Amino acid sequence: MASHYEAPIRKPLVVGDKGYHDVTLDIVAPVEGTANKQWWIAFSIALVAFSWGLGCIIYTVSTGIGTWGLNKTVGWAWDITNFVWWVGIGHAGTLISAVLLLFRQKWRMAINRSAEAMTIFSVIQAGLFPIIHMGRPWLAYWVLPIPNQFGSLWVNFNSPLLWDVFAISTYLSVSLVFWWTGLLPDFAMIRDRAVKPFQKKIYSLLSFGWSGRAKDWQRFEEVSLVLAGLATPLVLSVHTIVSFDFATSVIPGWHTTIFPPYFVAGAIFSGFAMVNTLLIIMRKVSNLEAYITVQHIELMNIVIMITGSIVGCAYITELFMAWYSGVEYEQYAFLNRATGPYAWAYWAMMTCNVFSPQFMWSKRLRTSIMFSFGISIVVNIGMWFERFVIIVTSLHRDYLPSSWTMFSPTFVDIGIFIGTIGFFFVLFLLYARTFPVIAQAEVKTILKSSGEKYKKLRDAGKPLYEVTPLVSKTKKDQ
Amino acid sequence: MYTFSNRLKIASFILMAVGAIGIAIGFMSAPSNVAEAKAIVAAQTDGHGDAHATEDHAISNEAAEIHDEDHASMTDHAVSSDSHASEAHSEDHSAAHDEHVLHQLQNKPWAALYVAAFFFFMIALGVLAFYAIQRAAQAGWSPLLFRVMEGITAYLVPGGIIVFLILVASVAHMNHLFVWMDPEVVAHDKLIQGKIGYLNGPFFLARAAFFLSGWIAYRWYSRKLSLAQDAAEDNTNFVKNFRLSAAFLVFYLVTESMMSWDWIMSIDPHWFSTLFGWYIFASMFVSGITVIALVTIYLKSKGLLEQVNDSHIHDLAKFMFGISVFWTYLWFSQFMLIWYSNIPEEVTYYVTRIQDYNLPFFGMLALNFIFPLLLLMNSDFKRVNWFVVMTGIVILAGHYLDIFNAIMPSAVGDQWFIGIPEIGAVLFFAGLFIYTVFNALTKAPITPKRNPFIEESKHFHY
Repeated sequence: MASHYEAPIRKPLVVGDKGYHDVTLDIVAPVEGTANKQWWIAFSIALVAFSWGLGCIIYTVSTGIGTWGLNKTVGWAWDITNFVWWVGIGHAGTLISAVLLLFRQKWRMAINRSAEAMTIFSVIQAGLFPIIHMGRPWLAYWVLPIPNQFGSLWVNFNSPLLWDVFAISTYLSVSLVFWWTGLLPDFAMIRDRAVKPFQKKIYSLLSFGWSGRAKDWQRFEEVSLVLAGLATPLVLSVHTIVSFDFATSVIPGWHTTIFPPYFVAGAIFSGFAMVNTLLIIMRKVSNLEAYITVQHIELMNIVIMITGSIVGCAYITELFMAWYSGVEYEQYAFLNRATGPYAWAYWAMMTCNVFSPQFMWSKRLRTSIMFSFGISIVVNIGMWFERFVIIVTSLHRDYLPSSWTMFSPTFVDIGIFIGTIGFFFVLFLLYARTFPVIAQAEVKTILKSSGEKYKKLRDAGKPLYEVTPLVSKTKKDQ
Repeated sequence: MYTFSNRLKIASFILMAVGAIGIAIGFMSAPSNVAEAKAIVAAQTDGHGDAHATEDHAISNEAAEIHDEDHASMTDHAVSSDSHASEAHSEDHSAAHDEHVLHQLQNKPWAALYVAAFFFFMIALGVLAFYAIQRAAQAGWSPLLFRVMEGITAYLVPGGIIVFLILVASVAHMNHLFVWMDPEVVAHDKLIQGKIGYLNGPFFLARAAFFLSGWIAYRWYSRKLSLAQDAAEDNTNFVKNFRLSAAFLVFYLVTESMMSWDWIMSIDPHWFSTLFGWYIFASMFVSGITVIALVTIYLKSKGLLEQVNDSHIHDLAKFMFGISVFWTYLWFSQFMLIWYSNIPEEVTYYVTRIQDYNLPFFGMLALNFIFPLLLLMNSDFKRVNWFVVMTGIVILAGHYLDIFNAIMPSAVGDQWFIGIPEIGAVLFFAGLFIYTVFNALTKAPITPKRNPFIEESKHFHY
């Protein structure tokens, strides 16, 4: 697809002495090997958290939404904060797989698989919250405009909440298809290597009979581009519509036109932070340092820095416009955010989201793995607070001072949130043991142009092919 | 090396001369007193009666808002009346209205000049942003086009000075483009009084000078480093340029938004929208990329830039397509949220435009969204030069109209028309733009030599 020539000043994306077969062995190792102790410890913790959350969900559904900390004035708080937070995290996956594909960024190939997995798992968490908040989750299908026997029961097409249903379900479907399409050749690789009949059976089902013929590859590339083209407007639309949930209202602090692009930037910001959190651990645990290099982490840090600055610019724009508008209510909403009883949350958000990413201007800090990990956690926290600030501070002091109040979460609110984190990690840990966590087929396409081994061979003026039966594969490279 | 052909040079002079005549006609035919203004309006009403049937409903402008309580028929227009002085009396109204129409008609040639001046300036500024992004992102495909971009951004200096002079003229009360500069208006307007800390002449001009000098300084220094890199032994200039561009983008992110609030949004000082800055950015970005494609194709047709292949054109066209869609996204976000919430002080903006500017308002949406979407959807079409040129002309026309719609309703109300002054101003600035840009292109080799990514750009093949 992209040109095979690469400028000498570009750093290798696959470091170390890695040939084609090494890539296969490295990526298949976690799937073919057995889980170590750390994996079991992590999995058990995640499972406990998940079970605790499940208990809280059962308690909520059987007792009622009154178990949450919501009140008459603050009718939306933790649930919707968590919903927006999880949806936002999902955005990085699609951005990496679709937008970076369109921009021909080769570095995406080491991280797209896990980022997309993260997308799907986090959208699942996000979807839980509106369904639980319905109180009667078994009636969740009522949000779909399907023919029914209930008389006047029909969805309200004027409501952004309904647009959310469409946006998120479309997004989940397209992301899933995109993810799976990329997985086909890699599943086939595991299938071809599998020794035990049961595993062979499973992976041949998963790989949809991938044969590796030229025609398969041609279709694979075409469908990837088409899906990338579809997924790109989808990434923007999902968080745009989430922002519409607030911005179509007339609540000061919610109704502002910058919300759509600013929510999208914030989503990418938090998503990349989560990718960094996950991959910094995974590269270590699964021995993938040769593929997810420091350069990859650095580039993700730069994306975090850019989107963090865009978000910061939006914060300042909102503040300025609140003053400039001359609308008293708008002015108070922002004054209250910055100096009211939730000022601590506001300043936590500002510190985590606007100030902390600015450290990434320093090359030394953004190439430090420990520091990157720290910032990624800080950003995840900050983006949770951002949603909390937007949602709760705009509601808790409404137009009627007599109904002003505060929101405090109950153990159920907190329990469900922790439960979704547990659920997310349960899924992700299972994924890490059974899926090819790096798009090895794609990495192999850039090995000649961007692998350290081949760069060195080229610099030394030696031929790039090896004296092995692999010679035929290298011909297309010339 | 590119040599500025005499034919093109003469063409640019002719454009400027014809345009200057058009601008002059506009200024000469503007009314100098109320009686003349009335005569002009009457003549228009005779000519095409329906055009001004809604005249009394023109509310997006200063005097009408101040006196809106007297417009009994205007309740459907949702103007927030509490924000306006209520001391206006019916007997004052008719005279005030006439005065107001006079101001609108006097604004017309100025607004025509300003729209065109800003439009061409914003093309150069959009290209500057694109150029800085290419450098900061270390893109491999685009270095072959750096000289083209540097040529276009040369227009920042004359274009920026002219825009600045128009702003100075406004502050000096030579026109009524910015109503908040009129102390009479401010005295009766509580809302504007609240914004005086930001909207005042000296601070306004100081900001404009700050933005312009920052943009021009980056352009000058980056160009210097870019040329120095051609003869350099190592990559120091390249690395410096990379850092400079990243820093510039931060500066640009902030100043571009503020510029759009100052220079465009404040023309209607009651209205506000947090998205406005990014919306104008999308407009300038897509216009700038389009002009890069047009100039590149022109230079190729002269046998220059022979290493630029159809993959480069394809990429530029992809950006034209993508940013057109992005522009529409921002347009829709701003429009939909304001329309849906229907808050009086915000929605007047669109009410005025849909009532008085129906054709340009929806027409530009067709030009800026539907045309690029359909014309550039097909991958093969993005590699056909004449196709890219045709679509580029549509996009530029559409974004001129976009700026027209942003400025005119607040400056001239329903007295708009695209006639001699407007077309004259476009021709004049087009001539100046062509002259400046192609003159700048002759100053340096058209292909950068020692950029570390130049080989990647030459080998670029999609």
